Order: sequence, then C-alpha cells, then structure tokens
Amino acid sequence: MGWFKRLKEGINTRRKKVIPDGVWYMCPDCRTAITSKEHAQNYYVCLTEDCLYHTRIGSAEYFDIIFDGRRTYLFDNLVSKDFLNFKDLKTYEDRLVAAKEKTNLNDAITVARGKVNRLDLVVAAMDFKFIGGSMGSVVGEKIALSIDYCLEHKVPFLLISKSGGARMMESAFSLMQMAKTASRLTRLAKAKIPYFSMMTDPTTGGVTASYAMLGDINFAEPKALIGFAGPRVIKETIKKDLPAGFQTSEFLLDHGFLDFIVHRKDLKQKIGDLLHLFRPAKEKESGEETEKVEVPVKVEANKEEKVIKKEKT
Amino acid sequence: MVFLDFERPIEELFQQLQDLIALNEKSDVDMSEQITALENQIKATRKELYSNLSGWQKVQLSRHPERPYTLYYIETMCKKFVELHGDRCYGDDKAIVGGFGSLDGQTVMFIGHQKGVNTKMRQYRNFGMANPEGYRKALRLMKLAERFNKPVVCLIDTPGAFPGLEAEERGQAEAIARNLFEMAQLNVPIICVVIGEGASGGALGIGVGDRIFMMENTWYSVISPESCSSILWRSWDYKEQAAEALKLTPQHMLDFKLIDGIIKEPVGGAHSNAEEMAKILKRHIKKELTELSIIDCEQRIEQRIEKFGRMGEYETIAIAEQKTEKEPLS
Repeated sequence: MGWFKRLKEGINTRRKKVIPDGVWYMCPDCRTAITSKEHAQNYYVCLTEDCLYHTRIGSAEYFDIIFDGRRTYLFDNLVSKDFLNFKDLKTYEDRLVAAKEKTNLNDAITVARGKVNRLDLVVAAMDFKFIGGSMGSVVGEKIALSIDYCLEHKVPFLLISKSGGARMMESAFSLMQMAKTASRLTRLAKAKIPYFSMMTDPTTGGVTASYAMLGDINFAEPKALIGFAGPRVIKETIKKDLPAGFQTSEFLLDHGFLDFIVHRKDLKQKIGDLLHLFRPAKEKESGEETEKVEVPVKVEANKEEKVIKKEKT
Repeated sequence: MVFLDFERPIEELFQQLQDLIALNEKSDVDMSEQITALENQIKATRKELYSNLSGWQKVQLSRHPERPYTLYYIETMCKKFVELHGDRCYGDDKAIVGGFGSLDGQTVMFIGHQKGVNTKMRQYRNFGMANPEGYRKALRLMKLAERFNKPVVCLIDTPGAFPGLEAEERGQAEAIARNLFEMAQLNVPIICVVIGEGASGGALGIGVGDRIFMMENTWYSVISPESCSSILWRSWDYKEQAAEALKLTPQHMLDFKLIDGIIKEPVGGAHSNAEEMAKILKRHIKKELTELSIIDCEQRIEQRIEKFGRMGEYETIAIAEQKTEKEPLS
C-alpha cells in the first residue's frame, strides 16, 4: 500500500525508470507488479485473487511443476527440416534457426517421462515460443512415438497443448499430422491406457481439432484461449464483435467440451489424483497402498516449491 | 461458358469459332473445313495450356463455377440414391451431404461437401463450409455404414470448416477431431477423393481413409493460399506465391506420398465434360473398392493407421550429451 493516492488520471511521467529485466513482473491482465521470484514461486500465476492470470510457460516449467523430481527426456533427437524450401518473407530454414537459438529447444514439443506422486507418467508439453508452438512433422512424430512408448511400457500419457495450430511452412505435411496423431491415439484407447489432454493458453487450429480434443479427460488452465478458428478470423467472418469470454476455458467448460479447469497450483495434485483413480483394478486391491500414496503428496508439493525457488534465484 | 484468366487464348479462339459457325449458317459458302481446323486448334491450345498449370491455376480451376459437385457425381454414378439428413443432436448441415447409393449393385455410403450451383444455393450450402453438425452427420452416416458393412466414399470439396460463432460454441474442433479418431478405426473400407478444394481441417474432417485420391485440377493444403498470404506475407496480394510455396497440387502431394493417386480429368477440366468425369470417377472407385474389400478388416485398419503414421519429414540428430535426469536440486 502506498502512502499517497493519485487523484488525477492521465498524468504522464516524463522519464521512465530503467529496471533491470527479470526483477519485477507485471501481470499483463490486471497490471499488478510483483517480483519475478514471487511470481515463479506462485507457479507463474498472478497473485491478485480475482485475476489469477496464468502466464504462458514452457515445457521445462511444466515438467518442474508436475514431476516428483527426476525426469528422462525422450525423442529429443528429432529436428525439423525445410524439405519444401518454403519461403515467405523469411525462409523456413531461417525461422527454424532463429527459433532454436531463441528457445534452446529442438522443436515445439518436448517429451519426458517421470513420476507424479510416485506414479509413472509420460508428459509431452508444447512450447509456444518455438514458432508459435506450431505443429509440424516433428511434433506429430514425437507424439506418435510417445504413444508407442506408452503402449509398450503401459504408462498413462499427458499432453499439454499450447499452439497456434498447424505449421504452414510444412503445408500438407503438417495437416496430415492431425490424422497421424488422432489415428495413433486409437491404439492407446484400445489398449485402455489413459490419455489426458490439457489445453493451455492458446490452443487453436489443427491442434485443437485433433489430439487436444481427444483426451479421455480434457481439461484446461483458467482463462486460456481455446478454439478452432482464431478470434480475428471469426470476427472478420461474422463482422461483429465477439462476446466477452468467447473461446475461453470457462466458455468451453460451459458448452460441455472440458471436464474441468485447473489452477496451476493444483495441477500436480489433480494429475496425481487422476493417475490414482485410473490405475488398473489389481493395483488397488490393498487398502494400505492407497494410504501410502496420499502421504507423500504433501511432502512432494513442498519440495516442489523449493525446486522452483532454487532455480530462479 | 466461363473462361478463367489464363484461358484467354482459348476464349479468343472460341469466339472466332462462334462467329464462323454463325457466318456458315447465313452464307452459302461451305466453311466446315475452317471450322474443323479451328476446333482442332482449340483442342491443341487447350491441351498445351492444361498440361502445364501452376499451383494458383489449379486453385482457380478447382473453384470453377461450372465444376461438378458431390451431388452431381453421386446422382450420375448411382442408379439409386437415398439422401440422409441430420446429426441427431442439433440439426442438418447443408454443406455436407450423404446417403446410401447403389454403384452397379454395390451399396456405398457417399458423404461429401456440397457447394451451391447458383448464388442462392451457394448461400444455402454455406459455400461448402460445414458446421460441427455437418461433421457429426458424416460420422453418424459412417457408423451406419459400418453397422451394415457398407464401404464409405468421401468426396472432398471445401474452402474450410466454417469459422463462425455458433460453430465454435458447438465444438467445431471437437467434431473434426472426433471424425479423425473414428475414421481411423472404422471397420469398413473408406475411399476419399478431393474433387475440388481441399482446405485444412475442414477437408480432413472427412478425409481419413484407406485410399486418398485427388482429381487432376484440385488442391489440398493446410491453409488456403489467400489466408496463407494474409498471415505470412501480411497482405492478400501474394496468393500466387503462397500457392506455389505451399506445393498444394496433386502432383506434389503424390510425390510427397501424402495421397495414393491422381484421377485424370478430361482435357479442359472436370467441368468441360462432367459426364465423362463422373464415369472416370465411378470406374476408379469401383476398382479401388474391389481391391480394398479383400483385405481383412483388422489388417485394413492397421494399414490405415500406419499409412498416416509414415507421413512426416524430419531429421534425426545425434545428441551429444544425453539430456536426462536433470533435477534442479536443492
């Protein structure tokens, strides 16, 4: 709380103070500033209670939040290539090089295996920073390989979508990734291995219209943009302004396309609960084990916070 | 007759021919020789023009206002056809049609995008842009075909799934995703043919099958050249370049092994001889259905999934250090 309150609106401060990057974080939604440290500790969620803006985070952050600790990266050896010699204002080749440099990632999706509250899980998480999280051949192949891996090892699969849609620079190849991933998912369903689809801000286009909507459980982070056509395209088509809250997680929940919305701080617990509930019958037999699993949940959650703190300091 | 801009040489010759015929009728001089010569010249010019079409020209042809649409093909190919309506959930989409037809005695479930033949009908058909209930109707019909062990033929011709407010409310994405998932494991043979425009998820929503074909003057892409131009070039004026860059022609698609074959069109495009086109299509479908019907059902589904599984181009690199087990420890 400040001592003084500004009475007049619209007073312009002449000189902007330069603050080194990374010390403060300002919520783009409610404009509240908090320290980056606090922000990270709060799972990159705005602290203001009625805002709760979930900042876009990458695959590494999700892995930190979800997994108990150790994780093994899978299929990291696949990289995109400009096989169509695609050129718009820039070449696809240049875009790839720039994206790799900027993100230090090989493509728009990263896959890892680890444990969540001691239960095995394979997580594939998309990175929006890599060419808008667009889905090309590598994204499709990595998802297909993850499904094969889950089938072989009988491990549940969680896919965190965060994407603008298909990667135009791979033309029909990227379109076919929709069919490739969706058809491969039928095998997972047939083998009765659970597939959880989590949608984060934003999930649109071909990604929504394929694997993102095909989870045994579909859920999302609060206030995420989720849809097929982008809001701009729809606005141009209907030539009217879009209603408030259109294409948000809450809108989708309301229209019956999501099972639930989960706050990032409850994410690990929720996934842990799902994994627990989806376990095959024989593992559930002893009542003792159920108790056992419940206990470490809190311990892990505490440790989790520490982990994030450490990383950011 | 409607001529496209690149058909101007033919248009001129055609005009000359019309004049000549008119003149021939009026005067006593026999000009049949000149008429035949001119007709041959038109044929030759047309053949030459059509043998080397650019991506954008194929796009233009696929949208030719006289091009035959799904219902024309079904009604020309089948002696009997019963159109079926509705998704049993919300409504009946006019942009996707379907029903049982008899292809020389073999019952086939036909499903396809339908465009309108005149301004009023184009609006009625929503320009071939389906809403979720269209995809759900398609799925209902496929399930019906599966129950009675009838093969499915999908005819694709859409500028995309409809990007509207209600479409989003009713789950456009979910409807398309569900179709991809269910078509991948449908127990009966599925043949898909792009008969006009094949744009994006709207096309793929009825485009997963054992065999995928494209007619000669069509295109299939992740996005229409216009939208691609507006996004990547930030202007609508680069549609020609976008069409080239997207490599969306049937020949490209075949070279990439994303489709199984190209169906030849009569010289001058499907619209120049629609009846002949329907005959060619019918022959093609019958041949493919015979081949597919002898494959065991489980095996056919496996092959279908594997076929799409092979689609994709990427490189594998050696990872210097195995990026594993990183724990940001306390």
